[in-house]
Amino acid sequence: MRRLIALVLVLAALFALPAHALDARVVEKLATGDSDEKSEALSALVTEGDARAIPLLEALAEGELQTAGTRVLIVRGDQAVDALTGEKVAPLPAERDDVVANNRLRREVAGALAALRLALPERAARLAAAKTLLESADPAALPLVKQALAKESDADVRAVLESIAASIEIASADQATRIAAIRRLSDAATPGIRQLLGTLVEKRPDGTFAEPDADVRLEAERSLRAIDARLAWGERVGQLFSGISLGSILLLAALGLAITYGLMGVINMAHGELIMIGAYATYLVQNAFRAWLPAYFDWYLLFAVPVAFAVSAAVGAALERLVIRHLYGRPLETLLATWGISLMLIQAMRTLFGAQNVQVENPAWMSGGIAVLPSVVLPYSRVVIVLFAAAVLVAMALALTRTRLGLYVRGVTQNRTMASCVGVPTARVDTWAFALGSGIAGLAGCALSQIGNVGPDLGQAYIIDSFMVVVLGGVGQLAGTVIAALGLGFANKLLEAWSGAVLAKIAVLAFIIVFIQKRPQGLFAARGRSAEA
Amino acid sequence: MRAPDARLAPPLYGPKGWGAIGVAALVLFVGVPVANLALPESSALHLSAYWITLVAKIMCFAIVALAMDLIWGYTGILSLGQGLFFALGGYAMGMYLMRQIGRDGQYKADLPDFMVFLDWKELPWQWWASEHFLWAMLLVLVVPGLVAFVFGYFAFRSRIKGVYFSIITQALTYAAMLLFFRNETGFGGNNGFTDFKRILDIPITTREMRMALFCITGAVLLGTLLLCRYVVMSKAGRVLTAIRDAETRVMFCGYNTLHYKLFVWTLAAVLSGIAGALYVPQVGIINPSEMSPANSIEIAIWVAVGGRGTLVGAIAGAGIVNGAKSFFTQAFPEYWLYFLGLLFILVTLFLPDGVVGLARRLFRRKAA
Repeated sequence: MRRLIALVLVLAALFALPAHALDARVVEKLATGDSDEKSEALSALVTEGDARAIPLLEALAEGELQTAGTRVLIVRGDQAVDALTGEKVAPLPAERDDVVANNRLRREVAGALAALRLALPERAARLAAAKTLLESADPAALPLVKQALAKESDADVRAVLESIAASIEIASADQATRIAAIRRLSDAATPGIRQLLGTLVEKRPDGTFAEPDADVRLEAERSLRAIDARLAWGERVGQLFSGISLGSILLLAALGLAITYGLMGVINMAHGELIMIGAYATYLVQNAFRAWLPAYFDWYLLFAVPVAFAVSAAVGAALERLVIRHLYGRPLETLLATWGISLMLIQAMRTLFGAQNVQVENPAWMSGGIAVLPSVVLPYSRVVIVLFAAAVLVAMALALTRTRLGLYVRGVTQNRTMASCVGVPTARVDTWAFALGSGIAGLAGCALSQIGNVGPDLGQAYIIDSFMVVVLGGVGQLAGTVIAALGLGFANKLLEAWSGAVLAKIAVLAFIIVFIQKRPQGLFAARGRSAEA
Repeated sequence: MRAPDARLAPPLYGPKGWGAIGVAALVLFVGVPVANLALPESSALHLSAYWITLVAKIMCFAIVALAMDLIWGYTGILSLGQGLFFALGGYAMGMYLMRQIGRDGQYKADLPDFMVFLDWKELPWQWWASEHFLWAMLLVLVVPGLVAFVFGYFAFRSRIKGVYFSIITQALTYAAMLLFFRNETGFGGNNGFTDFKRILDIPITTREMRMALFCITGAVLLGTLLLCRYVVMSKAGRVLTAIRDAETRVMFCGYNTLHYKLFVWTLAAVLSGIAGALYVPQVGIINPSEMSPANSIEIAIWVAVGGRGTLVGAIAGAGIVNGAKSFFTQAFPEYWLYFLGLLFILVTLFLPDGVVGLARRLFRRKAA
């Protein structure tokens, strides 16, 4: 009976703690040896491929490994376990020495850890380990990588593992192995691999090649070309997407203006602040969900969208009733008054929420992205915003063409007096239309809160850009607004890749100024014969 | 002396007006220097350096406000780019002042400090001849004028007007600000120019120098007032007012409005540039934030508060708003933006003719 209990206890200990049956001599060498011996010990651990060495190496990497006499301890705070047996050590021995690792050793430890983690059961852990290893592949890890490859079933991890194996085999002595490895690497498309292959075709300063073997060089050049082509393609896809993404953000910011400025002719300099209010509304909804409905936190955005719309629309309606209404027909005065409103709104937000940016968290389903290529990842948040912008655009087009309010708005835009004569309540239509435009600004704020900082100055960053979109697109034209927004987005991103962000912005502004000289009415001008254009 | 023909050239001001200008000149050129330099600091009438700098600053702003009144109040073109011309004039002056520092900078080098910091070996081309005072003066006049002339020519030729023009000028200012924020542009990036030591080899921080700059600014302000008055009273000025009220009709009468608008737009830019050049040595710093769109819009509210189309109102407005600004930013920094925002709204809603219009209405009511 006693024996049975003892057996159970031993088994329990085995399962509760990672069973430590590491080679005592290797561990001791790792802890007390000089740096070459440590390095040897590391290689031995990796070759052995024992997953039980992981906590030991983690402790070494974190600087938690200490020695007390001949015992090797993992010390966390005032808790310590024996690195070899995994037993709790209490009380802590008073005399302890830190196991120091220099930078070279640290790198080796990181590589060794990654190699050992390749055998872990979690896919994410394996993938992360493989990616780390890809950056710093060590020949000692080759058997482990091969072993992992034999067992690996996940395609993504396999692809990375193949790359690792190939990049290690490039350095092998056998020409055939090297060429085969280079050939396999041509399928990879990471900048790291490109660099590795690049070293093979490099010339030394004296004109000779760094790589003596001509066949290997030829093969490397061929692989490099394939990789470059793929990387360039990936870059183009990335640029295209960031162009679309910026365009959709501009579109969201400008759509509201397309109504208030484009259709109603009101210069609303506080439009940016309505965007900002939408972002703050999203922030408040997020906080409310966190406080009262933490279980549904991931879905707060769905609730924030209508709230942001409603809050901004209400503020917009109030502005229209209180201020803008009295300034119709005096656009320059409207500009100044709404600027004043924007200053007050900014300061109000500073008073209410502080001048610092507030934190708006992405819901879990929006983090991460679609990896089109290893080097090109499209973040979900951006993708969602592109889709959202498209949805808002469609909804707005439908609202303008299919609803009674839209009919009224278009009627009042074309001929206010006539519309009034046939019974359109023009004053009320103004308020509703302005509220609609403001609400869309709120939606833009809700979207922007997911990808940028939310602070009192949020709107200022977008006001000039969104006016540019509307001016470029032409007044009173949704299609013009869309094309102008996407066009400016693309132009900005393409120029950015070529000349840097600031110059790109300046170039785009200069282009708009020149363009307006040629077509003062924007891309899509309403034709007419009026001398007062 | 021949009596001036009243129809062709009406007098600039009546006797009362000239009297007021005379009093102002007396105060600026005699009263203030005496109060600052001659009276001991213990005297109740002593003006401290703080006040001298503040008033000088406001006078610089008043010059810009006059230019704004010319272009907006009289011609009806709301420019949101006046801050750009102000800053260009300031930068032209600042370049000269930077060269005057000589080897007294942090790095004891021939080049301005920021260039040493950026590891530049020689002056970029923009700085050619920047050590000459007269060249700097020429730049102060020519650079804002040229930018305005070229921009205005194209804008007015394609008949961009109203809010379109305002927004485009705002974009221009914004683009210029981004450009000047770059180190590569060669004007000190976001730090701009500061730490000036001398002007015309005379130390800049002495009381006498401060007073001299103050008096020059006052003289330029009065001169600008008279010049603007002359312009708006002239026949061309009448055409400008007509353009404001009915541009199409003026065109149909056979006037080429492009010429008139371009003239007043360029003149306003040059005046703003001069104001900027006076501003920089007295405030001791110029950086790209002077070009921020918000600054340019603020200039419009000075004129609106004072009263558009009155010239005197522009000066009064610049004084009132900036006086309030320095009061608020010291006493209640939290509330300054509320006040400014409210000012924008209330003035446009309830005081379309500004303070001067209000005063006129009150006096007329009293007289009646």
